[in-house]
Amino acid sequence: MHVTGALKIKKGQKGGGGLAEPALVRWLLIAVALAFLGLFLVVPLAAVFTQALDKGVDAYFAALREPDALSAIKLTLLTAAISVPLNLIFGVVAAWAISKFDFPGKSFLITLIDLPFSVSPVISGLIYVLLFGLQGWAGPWLSAHDIKILFAVPGIVLATIFVTFPFVARELIPLMEAQGKDEEEAAMVLGASGLQTFFRVTFPNIRWGVLYGVILCNARAMGEFGAVSVVSGHVRGYTNTIPLHVEILYNEYNYAAAFAVASLLALLALVTLVVKTVAEWKIQEETM
Amino acid sequence: MNLSLKKHSVLPGFGPTLGYTVFYLSLIVLIPLSALIFKTAGLTWGEFVATVTAPRVVASYRVTFGAALLAAAVNAVFGVLVAWVLVRYRFPGKRLFDALVDLPFALPTAVAGITLATVYSGGGWIGRYLEPHGIKVAYTPLGILVAMVFIGLPFVVRTVQPVLEELDAEIEEAAACLGANRWQTFSRVLFPTLLPSLLTGFALAFARAVGEYGSIIFIAGNMPMVSEITPLLIITKLEQYDFAGATAIASVMLLASFIVLLTVNLLQKWSRRFAE
Repeated sequence: MHVTGALKIKKGQKGGGGLAEPALVRWLLIAVALAFLGLFLVVPLAAVFTQALDKGVDAYFAALREPDALSAIKLTLLTAAISVPLNLIFGVVAAWAISKFDFPGKSFLITLIDLPFSVSPVISGLIYVLLFGLQGWAGPWLSAHDIKILFAVPGIVLATIFVTFPFVARELIPLMEAQGKDEEEAAMVLGASGLQTFFRVTFPNIRWGVLYGVILCNARAMGEFGAVSVVSGHVRGYTNTIPLHVEILYNEYNYAAAFAVASLLALLALVTLVVKTVAEWKIQEETM
Repeated sequence: MNLSLKKHSVLPGFGPTLGYTVFYLSLIVLIPLSALIFKTAGLTWGEFVATVTAPRVVASYRVTFGAALLAAAVNAVFGVLVAWVLVRYRFPGKRLFDALVDLPFALPTAVAGITLATVYSGGGWIGRYLEPHGIKVAYTPLGILVAMVFIGLPFVVRTVQPVLEELDAEIEEAAACLGANRWQTFSRVLFPTLLPSLLTGFALAFARAVGEYGSIIFIAGNMPMVSEITPLLIITKLEQYDFAGATAIASVMLLASFIVLLTVNLLQKWSRRFAE
């Protein structure tokens, strides 16, 4: 399944040739396309930062320094620090198995890895309620042993791992499939061990893909709202992540503070886009 | 894991890597998802049907699937246009706009939600020009459409763009040599080649819009029967401790996304035929 956000592996520019539309048609099409992108992308992006600074720079930083905001930032960093490395290891391991070997059921396995992409975030949260809630499978046992997963930090981490599960794998599988396995086979024949082959031969070829996969996985881990909202229980200062804190501030009509906190996530999104552009450029440079 | 499954290879690590892949996949994705299926199977057929066909639930399907279809259609039209402009023309700021297309994918949905609600509300940057003409976007079903267009925007662009980049100039030149004008070349030669990827992008944008929650709830107004989306209804049921109801509705949505996923896979098999 194609995934938006996947790095483009270009093979040079073709098409078009000497054929082109009349200049008037060309500029009209460009104008309509840019108007659409401007209306739906540029205006909202500019609005986040304008609204965030609406009450001035002091209010902006005050909103970020407030204790509840700080605890939300801390919890979000913790969640990402657990879920991103786990999904990174999975992504690299899965991409190695899928791209370097042929086995039956491979495309079915890829479809299963993609599953969290096509499940509504609300459902991603719901399944953990069904597993760990009082009415769920493990609920009675957990409550008897006084272990809290739901409406506590472990639930938030689990839901985040689920939602960000495919990101690194989906970035690496097409990249490693495109690179083939000749270089690794050469290294093995020359006597390198399996791990040496991976770290000295494979990794340098996929490092930009890994970086982008991690950045994208991280952006989603820090920004996930629906799934986390279902499992968090919204305990202010305890189980609130940055997006949930934004929701609370917004619903309290504290717009400037809501947008100030939201601007952190918007900055993260911009960094993600920059890394993607650089990674694409580097991959293209290295494959040519 | 049975090692004889694979063809012979000198590369090591097939057993452990595939084993870990399947183990982690089961632990994180398959077992939790199966909880939903088992929980649904615990309902009687009568209970299930009564829950998923209740008037308020059916109204939410109409809002969710209707708006998602419309949004995917809007994205199909503008997605092809944007992909075309980005691949074929040169203009200032082209790389910037190309990078910006992925914004809805990188921007957290809650941020998108509060921003769109603010921009399209009566006093907002765009809303203030629409409201004097009687067009209310925020807190109406139209707001749902706007949010769904936003989050689905990258899908059609990013599925059509690579196909357009890979197209050989020869087929267009051949069409031109045979006397086709530019529009005929596009509609009879280029468009049929783009169609599989366009439909894939359409299906992906549709699937994303159907499941979307964060960016919609802030702008939708969330009135039952009018502007209440199905994912919100699942949350409402959960908050009322109606676990059976939430599960039943969720399984209907899960089935819908499986069908879309299957369609996308078939479409991609079809588009691979074009690639060869």
